[in-house]
Amino acid sequence: MLGYIFRRLAISIPTLLVLIVLSFVLMHAAPGGPFTSERPLPPEVLANIEAKYGLDKPLIAQIFNYIGGIVTSFDFGPSFKYKDRSVNDIIASGFPITLTYGFLSFIVAFVVGCALGVAAALKKNSWLDYFAVGISIGAQVLPNFVMAPILVIIFTLWLGWLPGGGWNNGHWANIIMPVIALSTSYMASIARLTRSSMLEVMNTNFIRTAQAKGLPAHVIVRKHALKPALLPVISYLGPTFVAMITGSVIVDVYFSTGGIGQAYVNSALTRDYAVMMGITILIGALTILFNLVVDILYAWIDPKIRY
Amino acid sequence: MVFGTDKIESLAQAVVEADEVKGRSLYADARRRFMQNKAAMTGLMLLCLVFLFAMFGQYVAAWSNEEIDWNLLGASAELGAPSVANGHYFGTDEMGRDLYARVVQGTRISLMVGIVGAFIAVSIGTLYGAIAGYVGGRVDNLMMRFVDIMQSIPYMFILILLLVVFGRSIFMLFVGIGLISWLDMSRIARGQTLSIKNMEYVSAARATGVKPLTIILRHVVPNMLGVVIVYATLLIPSMIITESFISFLGLGVQEPNTSWGALISEGSSTIQYGTYWQLAFPLFFFVISLFSFFFIGDGLRDALDPKDR
Repeated sequence: MLGYIFRRLAISIPTLLVLIVLSFVLMHAAPGGPFTSERPLPPEVLANIEAKYGLDKPLIAQIFNYIGGIVTSFDFGPSFKYKDRSVNDIIASGFPITLTYGFLSFIVAFVVGCALGVAAALKKNSWLDYFAVGISIGAQVLPNFVMAPILVIIFTLWLGWLPGGGWNNGHWANIIMPVIALSTSYMASIARLTRSSMLEVMNTNFIRTAQAKGLPAHVIVRKHALKPALLPVISYLGPTFVAMITGSVIVDVYFSTGGIGQAYVNSALTRDYAVMMGITILIGALTILFNLVVDILYAWIDPKIRY
Repeated sequence: MVFGTDKIESLAQAVVEADEVKGRSLYADARRRFMQNKAAMTGLMLLCLVFLFAMFGQYVAAWSNEEIDWNLLGASAELGAPSVANGHYFGTDEMGRDLYARVVQGTRISLMVGIVGAFIAVSIGTLYGAIAGYVGGRVDNLMMRFVDIMQSIPYMFILILLLVVFGRSIFMLFVGIGLISWLDMSRIARGQTLSIKNMEYVSAARATGVKPLTIILRHVVPNMLGVVIVYATLLIPSMIITESFISFLGLGVQEPNTSWGALISEGSSTIQYGTYWQLAFPLFFFVISLFSFFFIGDGLRDALDPKDR
């Protein structure tokens, strides 16, 4: 087990390095530097600015400086567009917001998805089952950028219950629509996954044995069926996490929640490469870490997997 | 003898005739199963209609997609609603352009991105996976580790980075989406190859001295075509979703071109002025096509996968 964790870590670190080097090289391949503007700067001024940001050094040295900064002091460098703000400031202001609604969506997707899937499997061919299957088919074609406008039409324009955007320091009314928009399609996938694996488990011999010895239904479900049925769902944790982070870009742009996605799109539109890179690397690192945790969790829970 | 000669002759006749019944190939079998799947057939029909709309829609349009109807400019909320009388069947957008022509254009581009992107991804992924699986050993390990590394990178962010660095064009969108989405395909192809490469016909080919690349192209790839086709049909809608996601953010397809994502984005940003048709029509085509692709993909899987019956 410990050896497995070490081996997984040993893969994660090169992955992160590849990500950093890849985005760094891409950034340098871009035509036009970050200070190219419509009015060309005098060459002396440009040279001064480039020296200040370390852009006059060779590429290898720049990469080493950058990685060194991240490793030793968690410093992603200055933003190229906002002179008084560093990439760290921008991340620090947006990240807690993204984390708040992202985490809530994650929880909603899993709790509601699993509950719906288990209920649908236990009451197969009932109205609940049809409802769950119907939702899971419908939600396939309702990705977050389709859900968001639909929610705004219903809850803001027609019913007038919820504000159409803003963050308002995390007031519950501002959180509801982002969470629904972000979690719906994943909740549906999880419900479908849980339903089919629960159906499979309920047909196995050990469940039949439990039924034969007269255990009440709720004990069978709680003690015998639930754990093996929810195993495949664990492998879905990683992709869902990535989707929550990616989806936050849409949520931030559409609902103006001010999270990290908004900073990312703004920096993409203004070609603020430092911010783009900082956010990409941060999210890449989080993704890798999360996948590692999920894999370890899986190996720990499932007795059949031994590394 | 209990039976008369007549009886024996008629029995013999029946046996002879039974021999003449043609054997059904795998694909004929699959086609029959697919045709019996109502959801898949409905999807196929709807999808054909969407394709016809994309190909021939502009011949019915009264306005071109770049023309601005100056009578309606700035008054699209009051006057731009869908009407047959002034030729704007789907209404106009906030710049006075005909939404019908725009939706035709967007449908064309979205479908193209989906199909071409899926084609690139499936070709690269199949070949890569087949080579890794067939060669095996250290090469396989190295190639699949690379896939592992690529897969743990948040691809949407890399795609946006690519688009920003190399300019926002449809070509770059193709390249970016295609480059990233072959990873899953390569895993599936590798798994299939591992079981195919131990078949007798592959051993026979190897024994007669056929080159490895020829074996892969002639014996391995054709034999996993069923799985590849199913995956490709399911990949197209996810390509369309990715493209729409990027275009919704304004980073994908640029004006004067448009796509479903860009149209949905425009429609949802003007929703508070009451121009519901601007969101409704692109969304309708988006949802219909995705549904069709998913149903066709599911139908194909049921039809082609012999294990899943």
